[in-house]
Amino acid sequence: MAEYNVIGTSLAKVDAPERVTGKATYGADLDLPGMLWAKLVRSPHAHARIKQIDTSRAKALPGVKAVITAHDLPSLPKGATAPLVGEVSIDMSAIREIVMASDKARYHGQVVAAVAATDPFIAEEAAGLVDVDYEPLPVVEDVLQAMQPDAPLVHEDLHTLEEATQEKSDQPSNIATHMVYARGDVEAGFAAADAVVEKTYTTQMVHQGYLEPQACAARVEPNGRVTLWTSAQGHFTIRTQLVTLLGLPASQLKVVPMEIGGGFGGKALALFEPTAIVLAQKTSRPVKLVVSREEVLRATGPGAPAVITVKAGATQAGKITALTTTMRYDAGAFPGSPVARGLLVGLAPYKLDNMLAEGFDVLTNKPRVQAYRAPGGTPAAFAVEALMDALAAEIDVDPLAFRQKNAAEEGDTLPLGMPLNRIGLTQMLKQIETHPCWTSPLEGPQRGRGLALGYWIGGSFTSSAEVKINPDATASIFVGTVDLTGTRTTISQMVADELQLDPQDITITVGDTDSAPFADLSGGSRITYTMSAAAHQASQDVLTQLKERAAEKLKVSIAEVEYQAKRFWAKNDTRNEVSLAELARESVAWGSGPIIGKGSTTRMQPAHAYAAHVADVEVDPDTGKVTILRYTCFQDVGKAINPTQVEGQIQGGAVQGIGWALNEEYIFDNGELKNASLLDYRCPVALDLPMIETVLTEVPASEGPYGLRGVGEVPIVPPGAALANAIYRATGARLYELPMNPERIFWATRGNGANGSHETNGSGGA
Amino acid sequence: MDAFEYAAPQNLQDAVALLAEASGEARPLAGGTDLIAQMKENRRSPSLVVDVKKIPELNVLSYAAGLRIGAAVSCTQIAGFAPVRVHYPALAEACALIGSYQIQNRAALGGNFCNAAPSADAVPPAIAYGAMLVIAGPNGQREMPAEDFFVGPGQTVLEKGEVLVEIGLPPPPPHSGAAYLRFIPREEMDIAVAGVGAFVRLSPDAHTCEQARIVLAAVAPTPVRAKEAEAFLTGRALDETTLAQAGELASQAASPISDVRGSAAYRLELVKVLTRRTLGTALERARGEAA
Repeated sequence: MAEYNVIGTSLAKVDAPERVTGKATYGADLDLPGMLWAKLVRSPHAHARIKQIDTSRAKALPGVKAVITAHDLPSLPKGATAPLVGEVSIDMSAIREIVMASDKARYHGQVVAAVAATDPFIAEEAAGLVDVDYEPLPVVEDVLQAMQPDAPLVHEDLHTLEEATQEKSDQPSNIATHMVYARGDVEAGFAAADAVVEKTYTTQMVHQGYLEPQACAARVEPNGRVTLWTSAQGHFTIRTQLVTLLGLPASQLKVVPMEIGGGFGGKALALFEPTAIVLAQKTSRPVKLVVSREEVLRATGPGAPAVITVKAGATQAGKITALTTTMRYDAGAFPGSPVARGLLVGLAPYKLDNMLAEGFDVLTNKPRVQAYRAPGGTPAAFAVEALMDALAAEIDVDPLAFRQKNAAEEGDTLPLGMPLNRIGLTQMLKQIETHPCWTSPLEGPQRGRGLALGYWIGGSFTSSAEVKINPDATASIFVGTVDLTGTRTTISQMVADELQLDPQDITITVGDTDSAPFADLSGGSRITYTMSAAAHQASQDVLTQLKERAAEKLKVSIAEVEYQAKRFWAKNDTRNEVSLAELARESVAWGSGPIIGKGSTTRMQPAHAYAAHVADVEVDPDTGKVTILRYTCFQDVGKAINPTQVEGQIQGGAVQGIGWALNEEYIFDNGELKNASLLDYRCPVALDLPMIETVLTEVPASEGPYGLRGVGEVPIVPPGAALANAIYRATGARLYELPMNPERIFWATRGNGANGSHETNGSGGA
Repeated sequence: MDAFEYAAPQNLQDAVALLAEASGEARPLAGGTDLIAQMKENRRSPSLVVDVKKIPELNVLSYAAGLRIGAAVSCTQIAGFAPVRVHYPALAEACALIGSYQIQNRAALGGNFCNAAPSADAVPPAIAYGAMLVIAGPNGQREMPAEDFFVGPGQTVLEKGEVLVEIGLPPPPPHSGAAYLRFIPREEMDIAVAGVGAFVRLSPDAHTCEQARIVLAAVAPTPVRAKEAEAFLTGRALDETTLAQAGELASQAASPISDVRGSAAYRLELVKVLTRRTLGTALERARGEAA
């Protein structure tokens, strides 16, 4: 393996100075001359027919420049789609309804109209003057109720798609898709088991919790082109969606990515940008749209909840003989829950010869869910990993040993059919065996230790990079990928090592859709992974071009040119040399031409990421409150390009998972969110958390120049079950519903669980 | 948020006159940590906001024959005032757990009273210490016990034109101690699911309880005294059993609702636990066993 100087070091984030000094420009910071402010009008009903919208009072308010409804958006054929990433496409007719409802409001807070005015206060007042005549309809809020044949229909014309046959059901339904993956013989498998455990687990809707509310601004330029500034996590993706939604050719749109204040998957879709553009077109003035925190929580699209049944059997020796699962994911008001990902993530850590995995994508009168860090993974792993803990306890096998006996390996087939390339699950589990977080005694009453695994497939898709040599022998990198996680820094580290430059000699720019090379959106733990190949390729391209010029100067063939430490020389005569500085200087002089390297990748194999978390908790028996005493994250990262950033990603993901596990939840009343503020939507604060320890395993991924794996998503997957399993050992009570907030634990430990599922069996205690 | 007038009078008379003569709703502004959020969320739309931070009487903070706290004094100032830390630790505790450091730097004790949230953290310890309030109005000043100030959620006895000027706490008697505990699912930045302030005064031999005050937060429309529990403790030796019995009795004084922060049934259980624990700390302090 090559030696690196910059890769593998914890270089400070290249964007840190502007971030911490408040100089970074976010979408909400935009202030354009003549700018108008937009405000959205939202449905106060979770389900209602829109009979009429009267905008006359709003239009009459001085300072109001435009009021639009769904009629002002270009019409779109039902089922019109746009590509999102790879083979995944989005139903843009559904997105149009989320942008602005036409016939029905299908969730509380769905946008029905928008205004643009000369200041934000007039815009807010005008929004209140838009008169909408609603006919309220029965609300279906619960995923299990929504699946009943007599449930109110979210869409009267939606029929269940049977994924295997691609046939649609005769009757309309709230089940958008039904999928089944099977292998082996589960009946025979269960018959061969010494113990079988079956349980049902429930999770609630949660929010991604990004700090920055969505913001965008649109301006129609004198030549008719539209410039759009956006907080989205992929500006090329937004352009692609707008092409379909607004019927604008891609060449008529310039999308400029702003510095982003967190996305976690929740800023991938063009939900606000079309409104800003249409208002800008109508008024011939720039229009800015910034949503409030309350709107963010109510209606921008949270993470999906699920009700998951898992049944598994094992032999006394601890070998899993069969597993079945039914995962019902709540998509909210339009199809597209991450149920397939749930099936994959939940089952991917295990060798399963006999398996039946069934998934339902279910509609309710709740906001349409969006991606949230390892979409679908956290509910699935909560269910499967808690069930595995119960099964291991049933046959009296240590929870770690149980995982080791059943751990997936290279060559095994994933539940949805794909064979696993090189993975480090076995090596990672081995590290836990001897780690103090697992071996140290945990003394004291009401204390317990829990273990759970996690998986994420790791995204691929298209990424590109350009690397230019500047006249002062430094390099500039140009990319089209929004930096969510520190990717500008890690890409710079790669290019620095490839060109043997100091990191301070590298600059990196995220360009707009007119100037930067195309890239898919930032998400899926794909940027550092795919950019490693693109940046490597672009750097090699630069070196090749430089060597060509050096060869000409040195009067040798390219093959004879050596490069090190900013010097090129002839292999057979080290005194025959030319400096990088000289070639760089000449590249901008007449007759030589600039050095521009290009790299692009579009179809890398997945770099599978596995994680295991070990949690120690103490539960206050009088109040049910959990204190996390110690929390350790093990993860196969392939290769840590920047160990501090990898650690930060793991800690951040674990914290979000801990919040989901212990306190975060959407609380609805007839479809209306009752806790639409960060006061009552309880994300963990710093005092709620211990130091999150990280232990990195580095088993190189099968593809890519450095063997790295994407690290961002998998750490949110294990916390639910790691904490549930720890709480069980602390209290003797198993919890089957997230969040495991103090009140739920209080009643569960008194044999009074929400679904009466309190277990008294105390085997397997730590 | 609707448009509103803003005034920042330099003296009490002007403030009273402005509030009394306002045509629509007028609200005094101290730290603004409740009022500004309510206005932004359109939960309150006063036509006049009277900033009271420039009025000398509302900025008093002194300890001589008891403690005097001007209504506009911030939680940070109170929690950091040495006599408060020494003589009124329960009040210092409460002021140091409202919101966050940033909130405490702005939020005033008078605001905690006048906002009249049932969950107000600084109110139960103040009542437990026997606080008296000074109120100024168009007809002069009046005084009243703090526990009589509250009418319902967000509602106080203040008449139009009246301003809360000062919160006064009597000097703590010998062999007394107090404490405040609240329960939140997180460690900070949260609103009490339930809170309990307790004060006990012991006999000189530190054996018998001569007086007790127990004040409950977030479990009734206003902060409430648990008088049955107080009466039960008076004259008794305090031990784990009597404290637990007091907790049971205290829960009978609570009439909680179920909301997003917790169910009524859970809140009643919390009152029992918090009463027992708060009394335990108050007892240790009365005996000089804890700070």
